[in-house]
Amino acid sequence: MDFNYSDEQKLLIDSVERFIQDDYDFDTRRAIVKSEEGFRRDLWQQFGELGWLAVPFSEEDGGLGGSPIETMIIMEAFGKGLVVEPYLSTVVLAGGLLKAGGTADQRASLLPELMAGSLIVAVGYAEPTSRFNLADVSTKAEASGEGFVLNGRKSVVLHGPMAGKFIVSARTAGGQRDTDGITLFLVDAEAAGVSRQDYPTVDGLRASELVLNNVTVGPEDVVGPLGGGFALLEQVVDEATAAVCAEAVGAMEKLHKTTLEYARTRVQFGQPIGRFQVIQHRLVDMYMAYEQAKSMALMANLKLGASPAERRKAVSAAKVQIGKSARFVGQQAVQLHGGMGMTDELNVGHYFKRLTMIETLFGNTDYHLKRYAAA
Amino acid sequence: MDLSFSAADLAFQREVREFIAANYPADIKARFDAGLEPRKDDFVRWQKILYQKGWVAPGWPKEYGGTGWTATQKYIFQEELGAANTPGIIPFGLAMVAPVIYTFGSEEQKKRFLPGILSSDVWWCQGYSEPGSGSDLASLKTKAVRQGDKYIVNGSKTWTTMAQWADWIFCLVRTDSSVKQQEGISFLLFDMKSPGVTVRPIITMDGGHEVNECFFDNVEVPAENLIGQEGMGWTYAKFLLGHERSGIAAVARSKRGIAKLKQIAAAEMSNGAPLIEDPDYRRKLAELEIDLTALEYTELRTLARESQGKGPGPESSILKIKGTEIQQAITELAVEAAGYYGFAFNRRAMDGANEPLIGPAATAFAAPSYFNMRKTSIYGGSNEIQKNIIAKMVLGL
Repeated sequence: MDFNYSDEQKLLIDSVERFIQDDYDFDTRRAIVKSEEGFRRDLWQQFGELGWLAVPFSEEDGGLGGSPIETMIIMEAFGKGLVVEPYLSTVVLAGGLLKAGGTADQRASLLPELMAGSLIVAVGYAEPTSRFNLADVSTKAEASGEGFVLNGRKSVVLHGPMAGKFIVSARTAGGQRDTDGITLFLVDAEAAGVSRQDYPTVDGLRASELVLNNVTVGPEDVVGPLGGGFALLEQVVDEATAAVCAEAVGAMEKLHKTTLEYARTRVQFGQPIGRFQVIQHRLVDMYMAYEQAKSMALMANLKLGASPAERRKAVSAAKVQIGKSARFVGQQAVQLHGGMGMTDELNVGHYFKRLTMIETLFGNTDYHLKRYAAA
Repeated sequence: MDLSFSAADLAFQREVREFIAANYPADIKARFDAGLEPRKDDFVRWQKILYQKGWVAPGWPKEYGGTGWTATQKYIFQEELGAANTPGIIPFGLAMVAPVIYTFGSEEQKKRFLPGILSSDVWWCQGYSEPGSGSDLASLKTKAVRQGDKYIVNGSKTWTTMAQWADWIFCLVRTDSSVKQQEGISFLLFDMKSPGVTVRPIITMDGGHEVNECFFDNVEVPAENLIGQEGMGWTYAKFLLGHERSGIAAVARSKRGIAKLKQIAAAEMSNGAPLIEDPDYRRKLAELEIDLTALEYTELRTLARESQGKGPGPESSILKIKGTEIQQAITELAVEAAGYYGFAFNRRAMDGANEPLIGPAATAFAAPSYFNMRKTSIYGGSNEIQKNIIAKMVLGL
C-alpha cells in the first residue's frame, strides 16, 4: 500500500501548480473566457512545450508514457485554476480514443500535432435525445464505396469551436440504443457537410452543436473496430470521467480553502463568523465531502486499468461521490460567502458553476448510481 | 376544522381567475412563460392593472387603499397570481415601506408617499445591507448627521435590488453612534436623484443584473423625510422584516414550478422513454411535491392564526427557510432534467435578444435560474439567521 507520489510526479505537480499560480490567475482566466476564441492558443502551445499534452501517450508514439495518475495530477491542478483550455477534450478524450483504438497511421499522423499543441480535437458522443447513454446513437454512417457517408447531429460538443478535427460516434448497424453497430469516425472540421453552431457554456467553456449533412469519410477515418466502437468509447469516457473527478477535487479544494479563509476574516456580531458553531460544522462537512471525493477520485484513477466490469463500477462509484460532494461544497461555499458568493466578480461562483457542470458531465449522480447498481 | 373553501370564497376565486385571464397582457405573459429576464415596464404595467381594479395592495388597511379581504381571500389571490405566472408584486414600495409609512409616518408623509406607491408611479428600493453589515444588520455604518432642517447622509448600501429602476430609497442610517447599536438607527426616505447618490450594478454569477451598490456622498435629505422618531429605525426595520417574510413561502409559484418540471420531464428523453418515467426522477419530484404540500399547510395554519388577529410571528421563519429550500430544489431538478443542454449559456436570449436558443426552450435557462436562486437562502435574513430566530424566539433557547 503506497499512496505517495513518485519524485517525477511531485515535479509534475510543482510545475502545473506553479503555472496556475503564476500564469493563470483569476483575472487571466476571466479575460480568456471573455475573449473571442475562448481559450489561449499560446498557453495551449506552452502546455505542449512543457510536455503536458504528451503525458498519457506511449513513448513509441512520442509521448511520455504516463499513467492515469499523471493525468489526475494535471486535471486536479487545472481544477484549482478553472483552466478552460481543451485538455479534457483533446488529450483525455480524443487522445484516449486514438491511443486505445487508433491505427498506427492515425497515431503517426495526428498525435505529434496534438502533443505539440497545434491540433485540437473534440469528441461528439452526445445527441439531443441521448442524455448520458453512449449507446443511444441515431447519427448514421452508411457505407459508400470504400468509405462512409455521415448524417446526424452531435450536441454539446465541448471545445467544438476550436477543434480542427472531431471524433464522432455514428451507427453503422443496429437500432438506436444497441451497443453493437456503433463506429467512431474522424471528421475534419472543414469537411464538406460539416456545420456548427457555437456557443458559450455557463461555466466559461465553448461548445458546438455539430451537424453532419452527407459528410464523406474514408476507411482510414474509422477509429477502432467497425461496429465495435462502443466498448472503446465507454472505456475512454470512463477515463475522462475519472479525470473530471480529479478536476472537481481540485476545484473543491480551492473552494473549501477560500471559504475557510473567508470564515476566519469576515466579522459579524463582533467576531469572525468562523467562531459560530453552525459555521464550523458546515465547514467540517465541506471538508469531509472534499476528502471523500479525493479518496474516490484516486480510487477510480487507480482502477482504470482493471477489467471493464471493475473499472465501470469504480468510475461510477467515484462519480456518484464527486456529484454529491461537488453539489454540497459548491452550494455551501456560495451560502457562507453570503451575497459576495453570488457575484460574478468573486471566483466562488465560477467554481460553483464548473462543479455544477461536472456533476452532469458524462452522467449525473442518478445515472452513475444506476450504472453502479447494474454493474 | 374544515379544509374546503366556502361558496363565497369559491366565487371570489372565480372572479380573480377571470380577471387575470381577461387582463393579463399577452406580451408580458409570453415573456414570463418563456422565463425571460423581466423588465421594469412589465412590473409597472401589471401593478397598474391591479391598481385600477383596486387589488394591488391586499395587505394594506382599507382606509389607505387596501382590499379589506379576509386572510383566505388574500391567500386565494396569491394562489391565482402564482398559477397564472404573473409578474410578482414588487415588495419594496407596496409591501415594505408602505406599511412603515402608514403605521409610523406622519399624516403629511402618508399623503405624500402612499398614492405614488399604490399607483406604482414611484419605484422604491431598500437601503438595508452594507458591505460590512449583512447578517449583522444592526452594525450598519451609513451616517446621517442633522444640520438644521436636513440630514447629510454619507456611506454605502449593497445588494440593493432593482435600485437601477428606483426613484426613492428607504434607508437605515446611523444618527447616533454614542448609544447601543440598535438605538442609534433611524429610518430615512430620500430621492435617488439627489445629488451625491451613485448606483453601480453588481452582476451576479448567472450574468444577471438585479442588485446594486449605492453610494451616498454628502446627500442632503430634508428632515421631514425621517419616519417616526430619530433612533427608532431598528424597531421600524424589524416591523418591516415581519412583512417581508409573509409571502416568502412562495407556495403558488413553487406549485407552478413543479407543474413546469413535470412538463419538462415528460418531454426530456432518457433511454428512449420520457424522463418522468424514470423511477429515480419521479421519486425526487414526488418528495418535492410532498415537501411543498407540508409547507402549504404550514402557511395556511399561519394565515389562520393571522386572521384571528395574531400577526405573523417568528414561526414565519419556517416559511422562509422551507420556501426557499423548495424553490432551490425545483431549479436543481430542472438542471438535472436539462442534461447536457443545461451547459448552454443562453444569456443574451434570456435578456431578450432575438437569438436562437440552444437546446429545448423549456430548459434553456435552467442553469442560470439554479445559480440565481441560490440567493434565496441568503437574502431577507439568511436561513442561518432564520434558524437563530426560531431557536431564540420560538424555542426559547
